[in-house]
Order: sequence, then structure tokens, then C-alpha cells
Amino acid sequence: MNVIEIKDLVKIYNSSEVKVKAVNGITVDFEEGEFTAVVGPSGSGKTTFLNMLGGLDRPTSGEVKIGGINIWELSSKKLIDFRMNNIGFVFQAYNLIPVLTAGENVEFIMHLQGKPKKERELRTRELLESVGIGDRIKSRPAKLSGGQQQRVAVARALASKPEFILADEPTANLDSKATTELLELMAEMNRKYNTTFIFATHDQRVMDKAKRIITIEDGKIIKDEEFDQ
Amino acid sequence: MLFSISWRNIWRNKVRSLVIIFSVALGIFAGVTSTAFMKGLAEQRIQKVIKSELSYIQVHKKGFRQNSELKSYIPGAAALTQDIRKIPHVTGASRRVVVQAMIASAETATGVLIAGVNPEQEKQVTNIHEKIIDGAYFEGIKKHPVVIGKKLAEKLNVKVRSKLVITLQDTANNVISGLFRIAGIYTTNNNMYDESHIFIRIGDLLELTTLPEDVAHEIAINIDDSENLPVVETQVKNLAGGLEVMDWKSLSPEMNYLTEAMELYMYIFMIIILLALLFGIINTMLMVVMERTKEIGMLMAIGMNKFRIFSMIVLESIMLSLTGGIVGIFIGALFSKWRSIVPIDLSMWAQGYEQLGFDAYVYLSLDPIMLVNVTILVIITGVIAALYPAYKALKNDPADALRME
Repeated sequence: MNVIEIKDLVKIYNSSEVKVKAVNGITVDFEEGEFTAVVGPSGSGKTTFLNMLGGLDRPTSGEVKIGGINIWELSSKKLIDFRMNNIGFVFQAYNLIPVLTAGENVEFIMHLQGKPKKERELRTRELLESVGIGDRIKSRPAKLSGGQQQRVAVARALASKPEFILADEPTANLDSKATTELLELMAEMNRKYNTTFIFATHDQRVMDKAKRIITIEDGKIIKDEEFDQ
Repeated sequence: MLFSISWRNIWRNKVRSLVIIFSVALGIFAGVTSTAFMKGLAEQRIQKVIKSELSYIQVHKKGFRQNSELKSYIPGAAALTQDIRKIPHVTGASRRVVVQAMIASAETATGVLIAGVNPEQEKQVTNIHEKIIDGAYFEGIKKHPVVIGKKLAEKLNVKVRSKLVITLQDTANNVISGLFRIAGIYTTNNNMYDESHIFIRIGDLLELTTLPEDVAHEIAINIDDSENLPVVETQVKNLAGGLEVMDWKSLSPEMNYLTEAMELYMYIFMIIILLALLFGIINTMLMVVMERTKEIGMLMAIGMNKFRIFSMIVLESIMLSLTGGIVGIFIGALFSKWRSIVPIDLSMWAQGYEQLGFDAYVYLSLDPIMLVNVTILVIITGVIAALYPAYKALKNDPADALRME
């Protein structure tokens, strides 16, 4: 079943002198439970593509349908709610809330969703344990290593029970051991919860783990390959 | 959770937040103590006027206060004064004959207002007898004693036991004079009052003016507590029939206005302080928002809506201001409480103050309602200070913010 349907997606940045086509007519579908890497050189349009997919950057034209809803036809308020309930984000720089503990960071999104306290606490504990840092629930991000912070970010992305998780260069700031562990973890989460993962990455190790690799160059898909893992 | 985030955010940059908290605390402390000082000053001035000059209630014949005519007297005043004394909460009532006159020493002469009083009755109404700095209150001089103010004594260049000639008109409009001798010199610290008010025995004045024995121009009434003023005033009105009964507020509207003006001035002063602080808080909150552009973008990306972002910034600003505000209010209240027992000594500048009728020792007086109002004003300041920074935060585009390094 297609979770995400993308049709003729275009993004043009209008700078003062030149128009830059960051994404130039991408049409692609993603299915439930995919573990896909979007790859390509710097400036190829990966991040812009992911941002439009995640409802962060408005496309110049084209459609992004998630579960049958064209997200760019939603009002900005509804789009924020849609993001909260359907999309999980993992960023390159972890981007945890520094004043909250690991547990509170995970709980925060469920708080925004209005989930009851008991349910929030239970799920937070379960998620942090499943990403292997249940014992650091009360630690603030500054007290955690990069790998641990990114695990918290994965747990946070999963907390809202999203349809899919968008991860923009999630391993870029991690050493190879932490990268391997994180990829193992995300693959496990993909299997366990059947959550779709879409990565934008340069990292060969991510590509090695991916079941599908979409290669973008100059804002266009030039290759779309599927692998059996 | 929003409260918790906002509160913890304040302490991310401890030094910066403490600087703002300290400046708000200092500003509020200054505001609270100066308002307590002003209020104390005004209250003392009023109390002094009531105790030394006006008393709480005065009864006159209608028209006397306008024309001060000798014949505008209250007939049967002695009996009325007796009856007034029986009213609950009345602690004293003094029958006075009030006449304008000339007073002359060997060197010079000046115009004064003479109050003919019964010294024992007068002691229960005003505290002039406690303000004697030389001689005694109607004691030591057997015939025609007079009590005058220090300023007048200086002007006439006289001292205790000096002779003075009082010249006035009697009921038949004849100009007559009487020889008096100074029994005591008082000072109320109000130079204007001291220079123009003298006291003699009521019998002496009645004799000079040839007025009937039981009359008065004025009955001054003292009560136990200012809270009982309305009740007592009503009862005096019932007894006094067609006479004019006035409380101190009507007798001296400028005194009443003084309290109101002081209150208004206090709020204006407080608002000026808060306005000055407002810019500091705006500046801090702007820095906060600029520094956290990426974080705010991330919060928007994961689903924090604009209302929550706005609330977070406003809460942060309120907490920052209110923390300083509460510290300032607390220290200000504590200081004012201490200084309501141990007065502030302004004796170094006493002469200037006393000329205006104020005390050299000021007991601070703090109104609890004022503290509540200051707290509300601080919260309003916090909200106003957050508006522009919060607007800037909402203008963030999550995609652009997340691209920031």
C-alpha cells in the first residue's frame, strides 16, 4: 500500500538574479514499512525534497499525498497538526530540546498531542528502553554522547506513532561505531513497528542498510533501485 | 510542560537572566519603597494636621467659615459640646471662640488668629500642649496667659513671660486691647501655622469681645479611630441641627487631595520605572529568540503550533519579569515594614521639609493593595516585552531555521 505519493514535485528558489530549480519534477511513491535512502551529491536537492515531503518547505508545484491527503492543500495550522501526528523527524544535529531530559524530550510530542500522562510515561520508558538508553531517561542532552542523543531523537520521532520518519543525514555527526549502532536500531524499529524510514544521506553505511536507494541529481531522480536485505 | 520549559529556558543563560532579574528587582524595590515613603509622608502630614490643627470634625454656624464674623457664633455651644462628648467613639470635644486680631510686642505687630479655648478640653482634641518647647501650656501665668508659636515668637522677638498686646473688635465694633503674657511657646513644625495661630483662655476672649458666656464659633471633636468617622459625623449632625458639621476632608480638601495626588504620582512613578525596564526585557527576549531560531524551527517542525510557541516566549518573559518583581516587592515590603517602625531620618534637610508641614522623621507606610497592583503591572510589562520577540519567533520558517548552522 502506498503511504506517500509524490507527483511532479518542483521547487524553485528565486534569488535576486537567478532562479534555482532545487527539485525539478520528482514523481515517486513510498510504501508502508520502507527503509529507503535518498542519495546524491551536495546540492542535488535531497534535503529540499525531504522538507517538502515533511511539510516544512512549500513546493512551487506538484503534489505530496500522504494517506490520500494532499498536505500542501492543508491550512498552516492543520499542516502543523498533521506533521505532529503523521511525520517523525530525525535531524543531523539531533536538535533535542536542551532544557528537557531525554525522557521529557520523548514525552514532549505526546504532550503536544494531548495524550494522558500515564500513557506518555509508559510509552516514553518503553521507547527509550527499545533504543537502548532506558537508564538515561533523566539525563539532559548535554550529558549524552552524540550517538545517545540521536537515539533519543529516534525515540522522539517514534513517540507520536507516525506514518513515516524522515531522517536528514542522521549519521553525519556520528563516529562509525555509533553510526552502525544507530542504523541497527533504526532497522530494528522499522521491523518492529513497520514504520517507514526515509533518509537523505551521503553515508555509504546507510546506503548499505537501505532496502531501496533513490538517487537524485540536479533535482531529478536518476536512479531508483530496490534490494533484498 | 510549557511552564517547565519556559522556566528552565530562563536559566540557560544564568548571567543574562540574573542581570535582568536584578534590574527588575532593583527598580521595583525603588518603586515600592518610594511609594511607601510618599504614603508615609502624606499620612503623617494628615495625622499632624488632624491632631495639631483641624481635629477630626468641626461644628460651626453656617457661614462662619466664609465670613469669620464675630457674631456668627453657635448659641448654647457649651451644652452642645457636653452632649457631643457623650457620643460613642468621641474622645474629646473643645469649644472655641475664634477671632482675628493684631498682636503686638514691644518691637513689632502682626495679624493672627486667636483661639479662645478651655485648656483642659483642648488637650483632649489637639496636641498643642505636647508641642510646648518653652514655658508651659497655660501654666505659670495667672492673668491673661497666651500660648504662641515659635515662629511668631521669633518674629515678635519675644520669649516666655514677655508681654503682648492683643487688639480686636468687640461685638459693638469697638476696637479694644488686652494685655497678655506668654505662658508657653509651641512648635508644630508647620511654620505657617505656628506664625499665625495663638491660644488664650476662652473666658478672657469672651470678656474682651463681650460675647455671651456659653457660645463658641467652633466645636472641635476628636475620635478614637478614623474608621469611626462616618458614624460619629452622622450622630454629631443629628445633635447639631442646622449647624455646619464638617470632617477633616471637607475642612481641608487640599489634605484629601494630597493623598489622592500622592497615589497617582506613585503609580506614574512605578509605570516610568517599568517602562525603563521594559526595554531591557525586550532586548533580552529578542536575544533569546535570535539565539534559539533553530530550536524554535525544530519545535515548529515536530508539531508545536504558533499559539504554543507564542505562549512559551510570553511565559518566559513573564517569569523573568515576575521573578525580579517578586524579589523587588519582597525586599521593598520588608524594608518598608522595618522603616515603618524605625523612621527614616531626614533631619539634615528638616528645615525645608518642616516649612512645608512635613516631618523630619518619616515612617514608611505600605498599602498591600499597591503590592498586588505592582505585581499585575509587572506581569503586564512581561507580556508587552514578549510581544515583539514572540512575533519575530513566529515569523520563523522551520525549513530555513533548521538549515541554520
